[in-house]
Order: sequence, then structure tokens, then C-alpha cells
Amino acid sequence: MIQVKELTKKYGSKSVVENVTVDIQPGMITSFIGPNGAGKSTLLSMVSRLLNADTGEVLLDKADVRRWKSDEFAKRVSILKQSNYMNVRLTIRELVAFGRFPYTKGRLNDEDNVKVDEALAYMNLEDLQHNFLDELSGGQRQRAFIAMVIAQDTEYILLDEPLNNLDMKHSVQIMKILRKLVDELGKTVVIVLHDINFASVYSDRIVALKDGRVVKDGPTHDIINSEALKDIYDMDIPVQEQNGCRICVYFNS
Amino acid sequence: MRNRDKANQLRMVALIALAIISILLYIFYGLNGSYDYALPRRTIKVVAMAFTGVAIAYSTVIFQTITHNRILTPSVMGLDSLYMLIQTCIYFFFGGVSMFVMNKYLNFTIAVVAMVVFALLFYRLLFKEGKRPIYFLLLVGMITGTFLGSITTFMQVIIDPNEYLSLQNKMFASFNNVNGDLVWFAGAIIVVTLIYGWRLMNSLDVMTLGRENAINLGVQYDKLVKTMLVLSSVLIAVSTALVGPITFFGLIVANLSYQFFETYKHKTLIVGAGLMSIVALVGGQFIVERLFTFNTTLSVIINFIGGIYFIYLLLKESRSAK
Repeated sequence: MIQVKELTKKYGSKSVVENVTVDIQPGMITSFIGPNGAGKSTLLSMVSRLLNADTGEVLLDKADVRRWKSDEFAKRVSILKQSNYMNVRLTIRELVAFGRFPYTKGRLNDEDNVKVDEALAYMNLEDLQHNFLDELSGGQRQRAFIAMVIAQDTEYILLDEPLNNLDMKHSVQIMKILRKLVDELGKTVVIVLHDINFASVYSDRIVALKDGRVVKDGPTHDIINSEALKDIYDMDIPVQEQNGCRICVYFNS
Repeated sequence: MRNRDKANQLRMVALIALAIISILLYIFYGLNGSYDYALPRRTIKVVAMAFTGVAIAYSTVIFQTITHNRILTPSVMGLDSLYMLIQTCIYFFFGGVSMFVMNKYLNFTIAVVAMVVFALLFYRLLFKEGKRPIYFLLLVGMITGTFLGSITTFMQVIIDPNEYLSLQNKMFASFNNVNGDLVWFAGAIIVVTLIYGWRLMNSLDVMTLGRENAINLGVQYDKLVKTMLVLSSVLIAVSTALVGPITFFGLIVANLSYQFFETYKHKTLIVGAGLMSIVALVGGQFIVERLFTFNTTLSVIINFIGGIYFIYLLLKESRSAK
């Protein structure tokens, strides 16, 4: 289990994340939501050791993530950030094969190739696998990066706004795949989301942040109601139920 | 992908053949049976060119990977300028006939040690306060380089003109008077550095995915950046002290290698760039010596071609940025 304890990060004198304590429940999708600048991405970066916390600690199996050996940690937890610029031309398959790096250090054996094939199949990328990344649309690129994370085959998958710049169809496609990863393969997914309705429909738990602090933390149905949303967003948001999904109608509130 | 690997193998074989041809041509063309005099001299020059060529290619490729940039070379860190300053100081304070110039070992050791110490201090200073973007490091390096260059120019202006004439020999890369024993000494350092760095090449491949993806995949990114900076500084220091500064050379071979082998694999890129260095240096020296009969020096040609190629790269990058 991943436990976040009293985590604080400051830039200058301004706290971006302040005294955050959260447990990530295994086998579930946990969404981090909140207004811009609430510290969601910063928190996710610290959980995945991309960023060092000023005080507090993040524990994976009761051991501080900074104490973990870098490649052992990479076999347990994977992280995908928003921007993925690179200046080499890679094919999708080459990118996905990088997901095996923590295990192979670059020399792929047959088993690794099977894992790569599975990841490509999972993301429906088999036909495109020899295309170069810079020839793809935004949605296809995003799927390729998620396939890399799937090939990495970690218990925990952390994603920072994976739906950024995607249209409705591709967003739904990716959320459904994440749901499948949790339900079929027993993964634990932590995701930073901007669209509250995706969080409402697809996640099991929601952690809401505001000004660097946790304001709400609980099962989705406890968070998606007008009172709780008022605390998070300072907006009066009506919630309607539609085919068992709670939808927040925030467009004219 | 298979096709690409095959094509790359073929290209590699062609490059190896080209390198061997230029070496044989250089050593044996017009030898006229002078096995005792010309043969060992030519051989030592070829060895010197091979070592420096590979060192410069290797350090440029790794430097460009860790800075995520294909136009910078390690010379922006100011090591070339420091080398010139050291040599100018020696001539300025001790004169051209002092033991610091005449004893080539001493001169070589001073230059290498000073450059490596400078680089280490530089990194220590900049990395001490934790996270600074690498561009900050480059900016400071450029400013320091310009500063050292200005001091050097100032000293050269007020130096005795006779001393200046002999100092000029140090200002341009030259293979014409490399010291035989020094070549093996420098070569040993270069080979050790290469072998040490070779294990890290697969991690460098991952680095091309960017810092966050590399850390995600278990690469100790910040530590690897520091290791690679030190490695490239040692290589640049040794090759500069051996033959003098060759500014554009690394830029040419590294970028030619990226274009020639469309791959992210550093093992291929570096071996390719190293072979291209050998072809360019040995082949170029052959043309300079036998065809132009020493009317010009190789470094002039390299800087000329390198400059043109640099402008081409700038234009290409600006077009692709649009």
C-alpha cells in the first residue's frame, strides 16, 4: 500500500502542498480532483519520486520511497506525466519496449516481447506499432505512452491528466481501459483529473485538494454531491443522476 | 523495424570499411619503402587521430543527450577557452622555452588536470544547491568561456610577439607534431573512460524519453547526468590537451551519425560517430598532406565545413520549429 504522510512542498515561501496525509487503497481507481493550482500534480510527482518533498514522507510497503532502489521501485510503481516531448524518432513498439527497461536494462528476451505484444493489444495499437510517434494524433500518442506503462507491469499506475487535449471518444476509451486494468488485472490506478464527471463515473475513491490541502477524501458517492463540491470549488453545482451515473452540471452555475 | 536494423548494420559495415581504407591510404600512400622513418611516424599520427576522434564523438553525443539538444557541444562549457588560457598563461609568465612548454608531459598533465578540476568545481558549485535546470549550467558555462576567452585575448595582445608566434601553434588543433608516448598515455585514459561509460549506454537510451519518463523507468537521472558530464569533460580535456581545440568537429560527426543511423540506440550512434570521426580526420589529413601538400591545416578545413554545417542545422531546426 502507498501511504502519504504529512507531505509538504514549498516553492519559496508558498506552500504548494501542505501537510497532506492520504492512503491509496489498493485495487481501486483513486482520482485527485480540485481547482487549478491545488497541488494535484505536485502531490502525484512526490508520490512517484519525481520530486522530493520538503517534509513528510511517502511510504510504499512501509518503506520511504526515497529509500527504495530506483529500479525496484520502477517495477512496483509507474508514472506518466502530461508532457512527453522527445527529440528522437521512435516507433510505437520501440517506445512500449522501453516499459520493460526496469526488468531487462535494455536487452529484451522472449518473455518481454510477449509483454510488449500484450500491452499493444490492450491499447489497440497492433496495426500502428511500426509507425513513428511524430506521425500520430494526440490520442494515439497518449495511448502509446499508456501502453508503455502497461508493459512496465506495475501494481500502481499513476497518471497525470491523461485526458488532456483528448476528444470525448478518446477520453472515454482511455478511462474504460483504466477501469479494465483495475477490474481485470487488479492494478491500482491513481489519476489526476480535471473533468469532475470522469472522476464521478469512473473512480472508486476521490481525493479533493484545494490550496495544497486535502479537503475531501472518501468513496466517490460521498464526494459527488452539491455540498461537498461547494467546499471544493466554491460553486453551487447541481448533481443529477443519469443511468446510475452522477453527473455534475456545472456549466451555468 | 527489422529492416531498419539490417540497414543500420549494412551502413556500419560500410563505415568500418571506409575507416580502414582511409587509414591504409594514409599510412601506405607514397610510402616508397620508408619503413623505418615514415611508417612509425604515420602510424602514431593515425593512432592519435583515432583516439581524439572517438573521444570527441563520444563526448559530444552523450553531452547532447543529457542536454536534450543537438546543436550544443561540450565546448560551450568553456573547456576549450580554459585550455587556451592555460597555454597563454604558461607562455606569458614562463616563456616559450620554459620546461612547461618543452616538457610535453608536464604541459599535457597541467592542461588535463586543470580542465578536469575546473569542470568538477563547476559542477560541484552548480549542483550543490540541488535542482537547477541544465540550461542554467550551460549559460554559466558560456559566460565563463567568454570571460576566459577575453582574458586570453588580453594577454595575447600584450605578450612578446615572438612568444605569440609559437603560442599560435597551440591555438589550432594539429596532428603534425603529436608526441608518440603522449598518444599512448592519452589513449589509455580515453579507453578506460569509454569502457566505464559503455555499461551506461542503455540508460542513456532511456534518457532520450525525458527526465520524468527516465525516472519512471528506474534510471537515476540526476546521478547519471553528473556522471556523464564528468565523463565528457575528461574526454574533452584529454583530446584537447593532446591536439588542441577542434570546436565544430563533434557537432558534425554527432549530427551526421543521427541522420545516418535513424535510431535512439547510443551504442550504434556512438560507434557510428566515432567511425565518422576517424574517416574525417584521417581522410582529411590525407588530403591536407598529400593533395594540398601542407598548404593548410586540417582544423581550418574542419572549422570551415563545420561552420557551414552548423548554419545548415540552425536553418533546419528553425524550419522544423515552425
